[in-house]
This record gives sequence, C-alpha cells and structure tokens, in this order.
Amino acid sequence: MISPLPPALIFIIGALFIPLFRGTMKGIYALIIPIVSFVSMMSMSAGNHWNYSFLDLSITLFRYDNLSIFFGYIYHLIAIISIIFSQHVKNNTHYMAALIYSGSALGVVFAGDLISLFIFWEMMALAATMLVWDAKTKESYGAGFRYLLFHIIGGLFLLAGIAITIYETGSAEFNFIGLKGLGSWLIFIGFGINCAWPGLHAWIPDAYPNTTPAGGVFMWTFTTKTAIYTLARGFPGAEPLIWIGAIMTVFPIFFAVVENNLRKVLSYSLMNQLGYMVCGIGIGTTLSLNGAISHVFCHILYKALLVMSMGAVMYRTGKINCTDLGGLYKSMPMTAVFCIIGAMSISAFPLFNGFVSKAMVVDAAGQGAMVVVWFLLMFASVGVLEHAGIKVPFHAFFAHDSGIRTKEAPTHMLIAMGVTAFLCIFTGLFPSYLYALLPYPVEYEPYTAAHIVTTMQLLSFGALAYILLVKYGIFPAEMRATNLDIDWTYRKLGRLFVRFCEGPLTGFREAMARTSQRIVKAAIKFATDPLLVPELIVKGAYVGIYKALTSLEDQRRNERLHQLEAKLNYLRGLKETGRYYGTDMPKRPLGWGVLIAFALIFLYMIVYMFRVG
Amino acid sequence: MSDKPYFEDPKKANRLLKILYGYLAILLIAEFFIHKHSYFPWEDFPFFHAIYGFVVFVVLILIAKHLLRPLIKRREDYYD
Repeated sequence: MISPLPPALIFIIGALFIPLFRGTMKGIYALIIPIVSFVSMMSMSAGNHWNYSFLDLSITLFRYDNLSIFFGYIYHLIAIISIIFSQHVKNNTHYMAALIYSGSALGVVFAGDLISLFIFWEMMALAATMLVWDAKTKESYGAGFRYLLFHIIGGLFLLAGIAITIYETGSAEFNFIGLKGLGSWLIFIGFGINCAWPGLHAWIPDAYPNTTPAGGVFMWTFTTKTAIYTLARGFPGAEPLIWIGAIMTVFPIFFAVVENNLRKVLSYSLMNQLGYMVCGIGIGTTLSLNGAISHVFCHILYKALLVMSMGAVMYRTGKINCTDLGGLYKSMPMTAVFCIIGAMSISAFPLFNGFVSKAMVVDAAGQGAMVVVWFLLMFASVGVLEHAGIKVPFHAFFAHDSGIRTKEAPTHMLIAMGVTAFLCIFTGLFPSYLYALLPYPVEYEPYTAAHIVTTMQLLSFGALAYILLVKYGIFPAEMRATNLDIDWTYRKLGRLFVRFCEGPLTGFREAMARTSQRIVKAAIKFATDPLLVPELIVKGAYVGIYKALTSLEDQRRNERLHQLEAKLNYLRGLKETGRYYGTDMPKRPLGWGVLIAFALIFLYMIVYMFRVG
Repeated sequence: MSDKPYFEDPKKANRLLKILYGYLAILLIAEFFIHKHSYFPWEDFPFFHAIYGFVVFVVLILIAKHLLRPLIKRREDYYD
C-alpha cells in the first residue's frame, strides 16, 4: 500500500490544480482537498512519518502526537468551513493562496524538525500575503507589503535562531526548547512576531481588515494559532510569556473601544484572545496548558463565526464601519443571530464555548497566586464583552438604523456560519468532547454554581455599565478616523527616514564623491609631472628673492626679471596642459613599472623575512 | 402599543430595562446560596465580581475616551 501524503502536501499539491477547474467546480474541488487530507490524516498512526535525512539532520514531515493532532483536527475543520464560506469566490488566487496557506500552517504543526518547520513557516507568510493582495485595493496592496516585510523579519529571527540551535546541539529536532542562550531567544522572538506580541502586533490591525470577506476567515485563524502551537511545543512555562500574555489581553481592548472599523475591532479582539493562550502557555501547569490549547479550539470557532458574519455584512453592503452600519437585523436576521452566538461565545457566557476554555487559564493564574495577572485577565474579560460581545453585533445589526436594506447572506455563507455556531454551542454544552482531545489529562468542571454565578455577575454588571453609560451620554460616540497604532513608526517615521535618505544623506554622498574626485584628479596631475610643483615653488621663490635683493636702477635687472617671469608663466601654463618632454625622452611600457614595483615588494619581503627569522 | 421592535420603542425598551434590573438583583441574591471556591481573599467579599465588572467597564471606557482617543485619533485619510 502507498502511504498517504502528509496534509501539508495534499493541500499544496491540490492547490496547484485549482486553475484547471471553472466556475462552481473550482469551489467544490477546493472543498474536496481538506476532506481528503482529513481522511488521510485519520488513517495515520501515532509516531513520526515521512522521515528523511538532510545534511546529516533528520527531517520529519509528519509527527503525530497528542498536541499536533489536536491542531490537525481544528485546522481541517476550519479549512472546510472557510472554503464553504468562500463558494461565491471564483478566482484562482483566492483558492490557491488559501489552500497553500492552510496547508503550510498544517505543515508547521506536523513538522517534527526545525528545518521543515521553517520552510512551511515562510510559505505561510507568502501565501498569506497573496491572500491580502487578493482584495485588489490600494490599501490591501500597501498592507500586504508591510505584512510581508514584517514576516520576513520574523522569519530571519527564526532562521538565525534555528541555525545557532542546530550548530550548538547538532540536532534539528523540534521539541521543548526553553529559554537558554541566544539561539533559543531568537527562535522565541521569531515565534513571537507571528504571535503578535505587544509592539510586534501592528500587522494584524493593518493587514487583516484589508482582506476580502472570505480571505479574512483564513487569515484570522492560521498564522497566530500556529505561533501558539510552536510556543506550546517549544516554550511551555517560559516566564516572560505570562506577562506578555497578560499585557496582550489588556492593551488591545482600549484600541478596540475607539475603533470604527468593525473588522479592525475583531483584529484587536484576536490579539486580546491570543493573550489568554500566551499567558496559559507561560504559566505552564497542566491546567493552564490545557486551557491555552482548548482556547485555541474554541477561539478559532467563535472568531471565525464573528469574522464570517462581518464578512457577510461587508459582502452584502460593502461597508464595515460602525458609522455606516446599523439596523441590519431587519435584512439579515440569520447573520445577526450567528453573530450574537459568536459574541456570546467570545464573551464566555455559560453554555457557550468561550466559557469552558478561558476559565481554565484564569483559574490557573488563580492557583498560581498571580495577583496582578489574575486582575488583568479579569479586566480583559470585561473588555471582551465591550468590544466583541456588544460593539460588533450592536453596531452592525442594531444601533441607529442606517437605512441600508439588503438581502440575507448567501446560502453557502449561512451554512458555514450555521455549522460554526452549532459547534460553538455544542462544545459549550458538552465540554467533555473537547477535553477528551486535549494533550494532557483533564480534571476540570467548568459548570459549578460558583463559576456560573461569578461569571454572570462580572458580565451582566459590565453590560449594565454599558447601558448606563449610553443612557447618560458618556459612552464615546463612534467617529470616522484613522487611529494610530505602532505601525505609525514605520509608516510615518519610515517616510521621514526615506526623506532623510533622499535629502541630507544623498547630498552628503554627492559631496563625498566630488571631493574624492578632486583628490584623484590632483593626484593624477601630480603623478604625471611630480617635479612641476617643486619647480614652481623654487622658481617662484627665486623670482621673489631676486626682486627683493636687486636695486630698481639696474638696467639688466628688468630684462632678467622679465625672462624669469616668462619662464614662471610658462611653468604655470603647464599645470593645465602638462609638460611635453619631446620624442627623444626614453619611454618604457607600463609593464616595466609593474615589474619594478614587484621587484621592490619582493625585496622588501626578503628583508622582512630575514628580519623576522 | 406601537409595532416598533423592542430597541426602537422607548416604552418597550424601558420595560426591558426593568426586566434586566430584576435579573441583576436575582444574580446578586444568588451569590448567598452558593459556595465560592476562591483563590484570593477578596473574592469572598460580597458582590466582588459584580462590582469589579461594573467599575472596570466604566474605567475602560473613560480611559479609552479621554486618554487614548485624543492621543491616536487622526483624520481618516491620514496615511494617504
């Protein structure tokens, strides 16, 4: 029997045949690929498959263990859902980029070594860039370039780290790395850039809102969750992650509050949710790691649901800003219901799936007696309610009626959203199915009376605060604006830098070039007639002295002086024209000069060697 | 009675608000009938989660409105 291909290769090879299909068949063919890949994955047994050897390093394309297969399940599931959502798209770029993107994310997850991981990692960045550019707008063009540059820098960190690690350990295996030494730190930062750590995050709110409605569903899922996987595999219990994660949960919510573009709100929301996972990985206990990983599963589902519902709104209305939308529940009631289910899930209301996973991370912080982290995570839970739980559904579907009347989302979008919404509620109601898939044994019961009541209090009184703030006009109005983020540094300071290069720096370069040219010219002139300048000086001095020492009455003096000055002028003229030595001067070819120079160097060498000896 | 949906008719909206207040009161009372498994002493303080949720929400909005927005808000075509 021929052993089946690894999922990554099925996706990537499958993507190459996309252009052969036309119209509706294109989407249906694209849908078959993840299904085939899933069946192929399920037919494998635990262990390492597709092992190769490269430069004495072992390469493993498919490592099946508890952690990688968990990501394998959710990635296949979301790839299928996203492709169902994409059925209205008919162009090759979308499907090819999306399949290669999902496939290379699966490649990273199943890579057993750092080399194939790096190759899939870079492929993921390229495919994602194509997916951004597929929107074919001016904004997406610039955002795609910035996205690519950012991820190339991240990839270089990773590459440098991998090179050092392989050099130091002699092995390319990808297992627990831990923070020890330069190589591991570089890998850590490389992962961190894809994970959108604070300060390294601006590519998310920059690029993601500029994708197409269908492309966005893929984007919001793969890059960041793959980074979470690599951190969970390589750096569980790394202490900096606790703080990075806690800060990540908190700071984006402030940006989300003032943001007008609802897909940008979801970008900040993505970072906030990643924070819980990063924090869980940093805490490093069984409970927190299980929490982080189960949160990946739940988060992919409800975030995809929210992104799909906003994608459907954008597809139907062409608008995505709070200030342009409102009252859409009349035209798109089903989309509105799905969006609310996603919003309830992300806010972690009981019976929805955010509740059963997020609580594990927060509880792990409590168990570890991490006071500040615990307060930050609780703060962020309320923040999620504000921007993802209330703002997104409220401003799109309710709020003031924008007067937009449109059609309900197309059937394939409704199917994709319906399946996802069902899964959000199903995993919320029966978390044991989800817990059974987790890499570590789980002894956790989310549905205790205390947990339900305290969560409901936190969320409901947050909602009360919202209602009161709106009622008394304190809540900030939505405004059309560009809100700055860290990308300002390279979008504005970057331009300043370019201007500095074009102006002062180029001027300096030109001045340098002019000066060195002058020096070279002078040197050439000197070399063609080395005696001219000393001669001029000596003769000039002689004329001066002669003038000073002789008396004016002397008849012969003037004659002599006239002769001398004529000679001097002749010499001065030579400075411009060069001296003519006449044909009778002995001439030697250039080779003579070289030969003499070599002879002198040789001589010098011998003297030097004798001296040293 | 008008035919307007709930969130557009002030009368109906007020009725909804009253239901919400009732539900919040029940939530607060429910706290006395459960056993909390607290990690920190302040969690045992009555209505801690309710108060924290409310206060934090208000703080979040005020900071975003009065500190962050003036700092980062620019014209819509700022980058063009």
